[in-house]
Amino acid sequence: MRNPAIDVQAALTRAHHEEWARVVAGLTRRFGDLDIAEEAAAEAFATAVRRWPAEGVPPNPGAWLTTTAARKAIDRIRRENKRDDKHREAQMVYDGPPETVGAIDDDRLRLIFTCCHPALAMQARVALTLRMVGGLTVPEIARAFLVRETAMEQRITRAKAKIKAARVPYRVPSAEDLPARVSGVLAVLFLVFNEGYLATGPGTDPLRPGLTAEAIRLARLIRALMPDDGEAAGLLALMLLTEARGTARVSADGELVPLAEQDRGAWDASLIAEGHRLVRGRLAAAAAGTAPGRYQILAAINAVHTSARDVRDTDWTQVLALYDQLVRLDSSPIIALNRAVAVAELDGPQVALAAVDRLGDTLSGYHAYHATRADLLRRLGRSRQARAAYDKAIDLAGNTAETAYLTRRRDQPH
Amino acid sequence: MRYLMSVVHDRPTLATPAEQAAIDVFNDRLHTGGHWVFAGGLAAPETATVVDNRDGEALVTDGPFLESKEYLAGFWIIEAPDLDVALRLAADGSRACNRKVEVRPFL
Repeated sequence: MRNPAIDVQAALTRAHHEEWARVVAGLTRRFGDLDIAEEAAAEAFATAVRRWPAEGVPPNPGAWLTTTAARKAIDRIRRENKRDDKHREAQMVYDGPPETVGAIDDDRLRLIFTCCHPALAMQARVALTLRMVGGLTVPEIARAFLVRETAMEQRITRAKAKIKAARVPYRVPSAEDLPARVSGVLAVLFLVFNEGYLATGPGTDPLRPGLTAEAIRLARLIRALMPDDGEAAGLLALMLLTEARGTARVSADGELVPLAEQDRGAWDASLIAEGHRLVRGRLAAAAAGTAPGRYQILAAINAVHTSARDVRDTDWTQVLALYDQLVRLDSSPIIALNRAVAVAELDGPQVALAAVDRLGDTLSGYHAYHATRADLLRRLGRSRQARAAYDKAIDLAGNTAETAYLTRRRDQPH
Repeated sequence: MRYLMSVVHDRPTLATPAEQAAIDVFNDRLHTGGHWVFAGGLAAPETATVVDNRDGEALVTDGPFLESKEYLAGFWIIEAPDLDVALRLAADGSRACNRKVEVRPFL
């Protein structure tokens, strides 16, 4: 039995997912203005919500939305009576022949690079990308980042104003700028994902699946638009392999479950299979001489973990070799800390603790440093020191599930 | 599109001969690339005088209008089609004069 109301709802949701960025990106190119593009796209989708249930879903929803949004944009420009040359020119473009699919895909890429421009503050890049490319509403973004709506609105408005006033170009960066700009885009998506995966703030859900799902959707888009970029593939694989463990990572009573204790049967097999396929593709490229970047290596580490049916089957030698490769690329103490976890499995907690203690100068304000130390001290039977380390970790941890786990561990040291 | 590239400095030192030579090379590039509008180095902030004639009675005071560790040491005004081009020029300019550069669009 088909339910027409559900069909229309599904068509609206699908159209929003598939067409929002396309519509905004196309309008931005035509009208040269992010504000007009955003508002007209929002109006077009609102019109669809009103009219599709009564009139039926149009045969080509994307074309319907594009045309409707372009009309809304022109209406707004007429209303404001701001007929400067740019807008006259834009209207002429609107009357021109329809774009090919390839050019529209390029528009989405242009939009992404503009929203993730390094001249914008990181928080503004994140907010703008979620709004303009992801199609999230301002209240949704504000909720996700625990910021007041007015503050989030202001952040987005200010970013759009800077793009306009400083003339941030609407194009894919030149070849010499491209590698740095692509990694800037990936950093924005990784930040969105991590905020969903390791949500911080007291009294908030430890997992925000909406944000991780959105980050994955955007990573898929980037991957589709830049199929030759190894790091784009690596980041998508990393997200998929992390997301696959999401539900097993927090217990029913809201406590973090560390990797070693997770129910591996609860992992999402299809996400893991997709992630593994991507990692294998990158391994083939590495074998052909393309050096992998950090997301690809992190994805490979996650592939090793998700390949083990039982934690005891984990190929720690492989994990450590990958961390060694990562350390050569990125000398950050956080990577050294994660490497020490693999060292503990291979050479024992004593050796690992010595490595972790060397990081104290730079990481003493980082909860994971103290949590890792606490775990190693506990395994070495140094209960009193372990307890002190757990206390520090609990003080610094921002994620509610993590705090719950650390507290239980501290209170039952064995 | 015009941009102001402000040279920001935090010590009372003028450009060294090597820095001056690099700035000259960079200026030549601005000319040949069609980016040059105007540029200049400024004397120390202590040489500044502030005039306030908003009330119709000019009040003259000594010193820069902002007391800060960092000050404006010089500037370029450039012509560039967009911010990406301006930022690339600013990167080269910063390298040449060995100081930080702020890029700001004209209205």
